[in-house]
Amino acid sequence: MRGGTIPVSPARLRRRRLVNLVMTGLCTAAALAALLVLALILWELVIRGAGALSLDVFTRATPPPGSRGGLLNAILGSLSMTAAAIAVATPVGVLTGTWLAEYGRDSRAAGLVRLFADTLLSAPSIIVGLTVYVLLVVPLGHFSGWAGAVALALIAVPVIVRTTEDMLALVPDQLREAAVALGMPRWRMIAGVTWRAAAGGILTGVLLAIARIAGETAPLLFTALNNQFYAWDLTGPTPSLPVVIFQFAMSPYRDWQDLAWAGALLIAAGVLLLSITARLISARGRK
Amino acid sequence: MSVEEAGLAPEPDIVSAHPVARPLHLSALPAGLGWDGPFRRLTGVAALMVVAALAAMLVVLVIGALPVADRMGAGFLVTQAWNPVTDVYGAVAPVAGTLITAAIAMVLAVPAALGIAIFLNELCPHRLRAPLAVAVELLAAIPSIIYGMWGLFVLAPVLASTVYPALIGTLGPLPLLGALFQGPPFGIGVLTAGLILGVMVLPFITSVARQVLAEVPPVLREAAYGVGATTWEVSRRVLIPHARRGLIGGVMLGLGRALGETMAVTFVIGNAHRIHASLLQPGTTISATLANEFTEASGDVYVSALTALGLILFVVTFVVLLGARTLLNRTGRAGR
Repeated sequence: MRGGTIPVSPARLRRRRLVNLVMTGLCTAAALAALLVLALILWELVIRGAGALSLDVFTRATPPPGSRGGLLNAILGSLSMTAAAIAVATPVGVLTGTWLAEYGRDSRAAGLVRLFADTLLSAPSIIVGLTVYVLLVVPLGHFSGWAGAVALALIAVPVIVRTTEDMLALVPDQLREAAVALGMPRWRMIAGVTWRAAAGGILTGVLLAIARIAGETAPLLFTALNNQFYAWDLTGPTPSLPVVIFQFAMSPYRDWQDLAWAGALLIAAGVLLLSITARLISARGRK
Repeated sequence: MSVEEAGLAPEPDIVSAHPVARPLHLSALPAGLGWDGPFRRLTGVAALMVVAALAAMLVVLVIGALPVADRMGAGFLVTQAWNPVTDVYGAVAPVAGTLITAAIAMVLAVPAALGIAIFLNELCPHRLRAPLAVAVELLAAIPSIIYGMWGLFVLAPVLASTVYPALIGTLGPLPLLGALFQGPPFGIGVLTAGLILGVMVLPFITSVARQVLAEVPPVLREAAYGVGATTWEVSRRVLIPHARRGLIGGVMLGLGRALGETMAVTFVIGNAHRIHASLLQPGTTISATLANEFTEASGDVYVSALTALGLILFVVTFVVLLGARTLLNRTGRAGR
């Protein structure tokens, strides 16, 4: 690279080839190591989780140590809190993303909203739980599933904002101009043209947000807490799979630990399925 | 001459930056068409809610931290003791634990992520690229509680029975360095937490590194291969220098994750409020302290001390995020 003739001595060439061989070998080894870790984690989950799975897991509530039981209340609690969180987070997230992509764009206000959304996205989830504890749990005087759902929604919103804006930004402006040229009001242009064009991408964002919050534990520790019973409404402490897994895995009881592994397998399977589905949808959308 | 000095091809937009579209000049259109105004305000209100949520977090943390600031003053930041009985609290142990575990994670994950990115972009057969990239990214989809369980039940026993005794035996007697590898091999501790964190942030750094390396203009890569450079030389001398900013941005994104990660660390770090020179001994981090103690904290000052820890963590991750954003967004802004 320094100009002049390049000295090609066989010894030097050999050394360069050797360095190349070693370094590319290390790169390959790093990739294999990552795959190995993934395989080891999944293997352990399947072996220990499948061993603990039984019909009881889906039909009974969490037991006291030493007696029969399952995870039904935790599964129901997780499902209802996730559903409530996504029901709130989707409109807020999609509308914010829409504002950023359609109205705010390059304005300074949009830059600020983007910064705030990114900060929320990268904020440690336990801090989100801490905030919701102070704002909802303390004033209401008790832990509740709703507080848990709010904490989860706060984590889901920035994921949806980000994907919505990114996907809307990919819609070419010519489409917008064509729609407006036909006399469409702007809101119909957005709802009928750009949202439709980006629908697959926005759906991906929602799925990724579900995958993200379904396994979240930290924000639920101080908000939904946990309980041993069925929680049909979210106004009281609500059990959730991740928190039950945490409690059971850290316990000294063997049967609780087994249930924790069963729960871990359920969550991992659900979350991985969601993120693979999301990937498939966005891959198909891009073609 | 380095690639940058040569001034070839402008740096491309980095994929992970926001691909914000050009300004759209529709504002000249009649604005009052039916639902236009309300719809616009609706989206604006949603955006305001996001801003308000974050502002509320900050206010809550600052107000919550006041009582301990009253009691301990600036001493909170330099005190190592953590004693709920006498109401003496210091942030040193959890802050140090947070920084040390994150540093271990970075030392492990950064070279590995770079290697994987180079492997996927330069070495891997084309047909395997997409599936392998997805597999690595699936590591990011696994919930952190599962990393915690895996670390506690699978990794820690292996480390305690084989790896750590070997480390203590070989590195322990060394001067200086040996201090890091002392004491009984519990299996859980600072190093184990760092290891798990390294695995957890690996996919994030890999993903950004892969994108920014792939964005290096093909002509540079082709020219380098054309003059006879080996794959490693192309990566080391052309790709990495050219993508340096983006790479550092990716590393900072990973660092932010490592600093704030809670559940996995809580499982394996052992939760001891002290600083031990040895990496094999239990410690604690800010997030692990919060997860373990918050619901059991009684007394205003205790709760406030925990909230103050949360504020420190929030500020640190925010600063790291700002750095990452600046590095990853720069080209996107300058291009317009």
